[in-house]
Amino acid sequence: MPLANKPFATPLTHLAMNKILDATAQSASPPRRLAIDVNNLSLTFETADGKVDALSNVSLQIAEGEFVSFIGPSGCGKTTLLRVIADLQQPTAGSLLVNGISAEQARLDRRYGYVFQAPALFPWRTIEQNLKLPLEIMGYSASEQRQRAERYLALVNLSGFERKYPWQLSGGMQQRVSIARALSFDPALLLMDEPFGALDEIVRDHLNEQLLQLWDKTGKTVLFVTHSIPEAVFLSTRIVVMSPRPGRIIDIIDCDFPRQRTLEIRETPEFLKIAQRVRIGLRAGHSYDA
Amino acid sequence: MPIGAVALPASAAATFRRHPLVLRYAPVVTIVLALLVIWYIAAILMNLTLVRDGFEREETPYTLSDLIQGTMSAERPLLPAPHQVIAAFTDSVFGYAPTAPRSLIYHSAVTLSATLLGFLLGAVFGIALALLIVHSRVLEKSLLPWIICSQMVPILALAPIFIVVLGAIGLQGLLPKSIISAYLCFFPITIGMVKGFSAPDPMQLDLMRTWSASPRQVLAKLRWPSALPYLFASLKVAISISLIGAIVAELPTGGEAGIGARLLAGSYYGQTIQIWSALLDAAILASGLIGLVGLTERLVGRRMGARP
Repeated sequence: MPLANKPFATPLTHLAMNKILDATAQSASPPRRLAIDVNNLSLTFETADGKVDALSNVSLQIAEGEFVSFIGPSGCGKTTLLRVIADLQQPTAGSLLVNGISAEQARLDRRYGYVFQAPALFPWRTIEQNLKLPLEIMGYSASEQRQRAERYLALVNLSGFERKYPWQLSGGMQQRVSIARALSFDPALLLMDEPFGALDEIVRDHLNEQLLQLWDKTGKTVLFVTHSIPEAVFLSTRIVVMSPRPGRIIDIIDCDFPRQRTLEIRETPEFLKIAQRVRIGLRAGHSYDA
Repeated sequence: MPIGAVALPASAAATFRRHPLVLRYAPVVTIVLALLVIWYIAAILMNLTLVRDGFEREETPYTLSDLIQGTMSAERPLLPAPHQVIAAFTDSVFGYAPTAPRSLIYHSAVTLSATLLGFLLGAVFGIALALLIVHSRVLEKSLLPWIICSQMVPILALAPIFIVVLGAIGLQGLLPKSIISAYLCFFPITIGMVKGFSAPDPMQLDLMRTWSASPRQVLAKLRWPSALPYLFASLKVAISISLIGAIVAELPTGGEAGIGARLLAGSYYGQTIQIWSALLDAAILASGLIGLVGLTERLVGRRMGARP
């Protein structure tokens, strides 16, 4: 575009941008910026048995402060998508912006915290030392490290476990430590890959409630991979339903429960309606496959 | 009460069997006793002809018990009896001043210093090599075959070459022996540490990446601590090998001092008892060294929160 046209072009594009943002940010009053902007993203693996389309033409916009769940059967690319956003894997085509910058730059700037399926705590470090690990790497001062370790352990209700080693904690407690660790350097974006998948139902419900409170308190953007329908509906502001071979998005469902919700909403008709829509989406993805 | 009278000693025996000390040491003691019995029988059988020839040469009449007594106390037996070895060992350990050339303590100290220096050199070299190999695929492909080849050549053939070459450039005494010892002991350390440095969970490596940790931070905070169990396992193998290396290195030097020198002198003069007591000395040193590595491992493990 020639430079002479700029005076008109600039305000116009701003206007257009705000329109898009308003649409994606639902009813939020101030227009929110995009935390994630994925356009026509594809990722193809070369395996011994030929090419596998892990992701095919995925497009998705997520505004700051949203809680978006990704649900789908295994092999649908939900974990791959999260890993691509985290710059742990490279897409083969398409564009991706994280907080307005490239995924690689976002990783180098430590813009996100990642919680894996397993707690992946370092067994030779105490809980406090585990929490301090990213802070050590990022060069925080010793006193700052101590303060943050204390603050984030309190946030996940684990004060008093500083001197324990990981094996002395239950699986649920370990996963809470790993969440605190991901939050400790205060990233605006939290990427969670089936963080409660290995836990039993009761612990899981409890952690879901805690996670919601945490999200409400901190105002972070959360991307949450799961294969549990109730978990997805309970936690999210939006649910992205995915389907395998090729990995793609087949439905995006808005989920307008108030930010402060309790487990009881799972009995309401609205909840069951959304859960039903997710189930239909998943079934459609499966039948395509059969 | 005949039943009670019979039952009482039986239950006492049961209590004895369940005593913690008995539970702990009974297997070891049993094995040692069995080995001693086998050793004595072997000593009698192997020295029998020797002793009988001796009696017949001197044309003295002898009985079976004379023969057996002879096999237990021959001056240069084919296989010395355990008590002979132990007597010679205690004599050469406690019978002389520690600095006397006949003292085993003196010889042990000579060999031990070469062993420890060689072990240190080998450990540093072995770990450095493992780092290079883990760091680069190309280095793995180019270095690993040579590392394996280096261990194919018998050290007994290499040792004199080392001594001569190093002697020509003015290196004598402790250092050449240590280098031979290091040459042998770096290998298990390299192999163990290549495995150890690649031991971290992919998830832990991914975590470090999400924090954009530098390669040096990944090494210091993840790869190195994950490798420690492998390090100690390979150090235990390496330290006994470095003792063997030091002993072998003492053979071609003409045997001035050291356990190797005692072995050489013993075989020159047919002093089998001296050879065996030097061997016993080497075995005690080796188990002491392995024990020290094990102790360090336990201390480090405790500091790193290992499960008790």
